[in-house]
Amino acid sequence: MMDLFFTMLVPLIIGVVALYAAFRRVDVYSALVHGAGAGLDTLLRVVPALVGLMTAVYMLRASGALELLAAFLAPLLDRLGLPGELVPLMLVRPISGSAALGVGAELISAYGPDSHLGRTAAVMLGSTETTFYTIAVYFGAVGITKTRYAVPAALCADLTGFLAAAWAVRVCFG
Amino acid sequence: MTMTVIWTGMVVLSILCGLAAGRGPEVAAAAVEGAAAAVELALSIAGMLCLWTGVMEVMRQSGLADLLSRLLGPVLRRLFPQAAQDRDTMDSISANVSANLLGLGSAATPLGLEAARRLAAKSPGVASDALCMLVVCNTASIQLIPTTVASVRAAEGCAAPFDILPAVWLASALSVGVGIAACKIFSRVWRD
Repeated sequence: MMDLFFTMLVPLIIGVVALYAAFRRVDVYSALVHGAGAGLDTLLRVVPALVGLMTAVYMLRASGALELLAAFLAPLLDRLGLPGELVPLMLVRPISGSAALGVGAELISAYGPDSHLGRTAAVMLGSTETTFYTIAVYFGAVGITKTRYAVPAALCADLTGFLAAAWAVRVCFG
Repeated sequence: MTMTVIWTGMVVLSILCGLAAGRGPEVAAAAVEGAAAAVELALSIAGMLCLWTGVMEVMRQSGLADLLSRLLGPVLRRLFPQAAQDRDTMDSISANVSANLLGLGSAATPLGLEAARRLAAKSPGVASDALCMLVVCNTASIQLIPTTVASVRAAEGCAAPFDILPAVWLASALSVGVGIAACKIFSRVWRD
């Protein structure tokens, strides 16, 4: 029953939103098309960064450096329930959104979207943000130089997000 | 500049590591494959990503985003007690948080910056407790439907790309909860 609910969630959301909007006399179809165009803009903006980053990530994987790093950190991460293969993702996640997307997509592709690793990578991507970028934008835009405890507090949230992602995948998928 | 250091470091490290491990040819092949894979990835997620930004635009135009923003008011007043009396500031905070929940990133940032500007006007140069809370709420992901990552999963042949939703919600809730708790605790003990 829950499985069917989550499978049908996407078409249900689309349907309910369309009905509600039509009821509110919104031109649903042109709003949809207009918004879809904005998605293409977003995509065009990330492609150049993806090209650069996926090249570097592919090279790093082929060189064996990631395995070395993962093997080095694995004992520590195992204790926390985090697979060593996800180290590169956790390292780039707070710094760059497109880098994290590139690393995550590569993990999902290499291990399969329904594997334990692939799912954990997806949940990590979905439940964390580009912390340092966000902090730089906000404090930069309003001229704050003394950031006080914002960085440590945000990193507490990030670390929790990573640990919770690994835990939540174990709980939800066994 | 940060990304320059990281990217150059990744490339140099893979060349050195590849040569040391006798995997030079693999590294050379990967340098060519990676760039092509990036464009393939972008193309394969394009359809689903555009569909969702379309649906989000319908949500915004129909007032669903405003509705969410009004529902959030009581919760947010407790998170930002210093700003609770200031109607305009609370309005921009609510709009920022609801845009984040809906995954309207490009709408969330200007709204959040507007709220940040108002909060910063009260203590120039130094991040107040309310501003730290706002920034931490924006660094923790609260997006209800992680469309980009679901598009990637679908592109890799996943039959139910959204089956990760409960796990994403669980992890997001824990992460945001810890971020908020950390702000509340630090605001009592922080000495500068």
